[in-house]
Amino acid sequence: MEPFAILRSKATPLDRVNVDTDQIVPKQFLKLIHRTGFGKYLFYDWRFDSDGKPRKDFVLNDKKYAGRKILLARDNFGSGSSREHAAWAIEDYGFRAVIAPSFADIFYNNCFKNGLLPVRLAVEDVDYLFKNDVEITIDLSKQTVSIPSKTMHFEVDEFRKKLLLEGLDSIGLTMQLEKEISRYEREKQMFPPSDKIFI
Amino acid sequence: MASARTIFEKIWDNHVIYTRENGPSLLYIDRHLVHEVTSPQAFDGLRLNRRKVRRPDLTFATMDHNVPTTARSLPIVDQISATQIRTLAQNCKEFGIPLFDMQSPDQGIVHVIGPELGITLPGTTIVCGDSHTSTHGAFGAFALGIGTSEVEHVLATQTLWLDRPKTFAINLEGLRKNNHAVTAKDMILHVIRTIGTAGGTGYVFEYRGTAVSDLSMEQRMTICNMSIEGGARAGLVAPDNKTFDYLQDRRYAPKGDDLDKAIEYWKGLQTDASATYDKSVTFDVGQLAPQVSWGTNPGMVVSVSDSVPHPDEYARGNENERKAALRSLEYMALKAGTPITDIKVDRVFIGSCTNSRLEDLVEASLVVKGRHVSPSVRAMVVPGSQHVKTAAESLGLDKVFIDAGFEWRESGCSMCLGMNPDILAPGERCASTSNRNFEGRQGTGGRTHLVSPVMAAAAAIKGHFVDVREWL
Ligand code: SF4
Repeated sequence: MEPFAILRSKATPLDRVNVDTDQIVPKQFLKLIHRTGFGKYLFYDWRFDSDGKPRKDFVLNDKKYAGRKILLARDNFGSGSSREHAAWAIEDYGFRAVIAPSFADIFYNNCFKNGLLPVRLAVEDVDYLFKNDVEITIDLSKQTVSIPSKTMHFEVDEFRKKLLLEGLDSIGLTMQLEKEISRYEREKQMFPPSDKIFI
Repeated sequence: MASARTIFEKIWDNHVIYTRENGPSLLYIDRHLVHEVTSPQAFDGLRLNRRKVRRPDLTFATMDHNVPTTARSLPIVDQISATQIRTLAQNCKEFGIPLFDMQSPDQGIVHVIGPELGITLPGTTIVCGDSHTSTHGAFGAFALGIGTSEVEHVLATQTLWLDRPKTFAINLEGLRKNNHAVTAKDMILHVIRTIGTAGGTGYVFEYRGTAVSDLSMEQRMTICNMSIEGGARAGLVAPDNKTFDYLQDRRYAPKGDDLDKAIEYWKGLQTDASATYDKSVTFDVGQLAPQVSWGTNPGMVVSVSDSVPHPDEYARGNENERKAALRSLEYMALKAGTPITDIKVDRVFIGSCTNSRLEDLVEASLVVKGRHVSPSVRAMVVPGSQHVKTAAESLGLDKVFIDAGFEWRESGCSMCLGMNPDILAPGERCASTSNRNFEGRQGTGGRTHLVSPVMAAAAAIKGHFVDVREWL
């Protein structure tokens, strides 16, 4: 996974609340067994009509927004299904961050696993960004989002931040706790299939 | 003596292996359920890093999302689906994971077979790469959906990093007036309509109160299933005698002395009297009517006796929600003010991990018996598992449905998400017992109304929604 450095870009505005993962990647693309190449399916049913032609009124088809690395969204972004394909598609399309007032839990977690930074900002700040198409700088190590008129702070827990900043493999890190895991299994594990109860 | 805790906090404390300062905790995972759609990339990751599955004995796999619901002897026509299904079989073989495949008498929707086989137990942590893992919370387990990277993490380490969610008591009090017509599905749809689809974000629900104790295990599963539609990480019900009775003689559940010991332990898994919740809300189900969704998220719901709401009325001053409601009405081709019972349906789907268990089918059959599906409707029943299917057939339910003009299918997720050939055509309107009414969920351009099995059955007969309280 690519480490997350400072990100500078304008944002692509997606002005809808409760965008669910069924919209981010429709189910017909979940049959694929690889992890890459999902960008072309991002928001598929909103982006393309039934003949597969781009819909003019959808924001991703507006040339003005081509190449932008920040997706700007509304409340409860990423609700619904746990499909990580949603994060893969957003990342593969070229976004490195999503800014919204709130995210659904599973989607929020999935982002960090894929080099994608979800940023929660206050509703007023998000409104401001929807109204003003300005250059945005996201500095993860300082936890700030800066625009010409001001700098905003955002929350992210230290552990996730470290994983993203350094592009670390969280499984490798967990495996360093092998002793603790084995001790748990010996002393506290409940209901292994042998039906011996350890309590 | 530790301070008073909720059941969720007890389960959490019992599973913490390690906690990072100001960060997440590492939890031990007791059961990991795997299906074909969210696992192939996880197994690839293991191979790439030469890692093994740490506890294949705690991991169980089945095929459900993609499988055709036509006769099992027929080949899978969709080659991409066939590849995904074959890939799961190969991965299970390579990594030594037990698999209930398409030919297995135990096959079914992952959230239906877990409880059925006794894999789901009170006090355990259960994960699956599927958001409706919350279903298993009905047994007093902490059960949550995870993404594919986390699936890989659990396969490799049998653990998961989590921030401790907050607690949210959903008190359901009173008793329903008509237990057949007003169901667990109506209770949970009503809850989501009230708290909103993000109302539970960051929380674990605990469903409590007389109306919850009153429910059977299968009905509790229906409620817990849709916790995720309320935005919650998980939802659970404290175990009681109904839970313990259900677990008797289930294949992977403890037996004999072990079961007695387990029950002693499970009895302690209750919220202490003086424990507090971060949030709570109380409902009286006494006056509850059958519920029907009218929009494109599971919070857009009204009573069957009401009309499609006006966007202003729905949004209560929130401009973004008003826009969403307008968009939903357009997508659903509905006008504000239309009585729900005037809405005609083209398709009816009785199935999904929300409502495809034996009781659901028995209840729906009471509505269907001796009647016939409207000529303008195509209706199907998809049992949640092979065990549900055979049990229903031994009660003669297949005949009741087939005689009434329903299709009677093999088990799987089917039209809940339409990854297999069971999908809506663009513009078709469906009364569905599933859990999501998102745009295109059941087929691009398809229009979904979420209802209970008895409401779906009645809509199939009449060709439009009816207040099933008049029938039962
Ligand atoms: S039945 Fe529907 S909601 Fe349940 S696991 Fe299958 S696809 Fe998901």
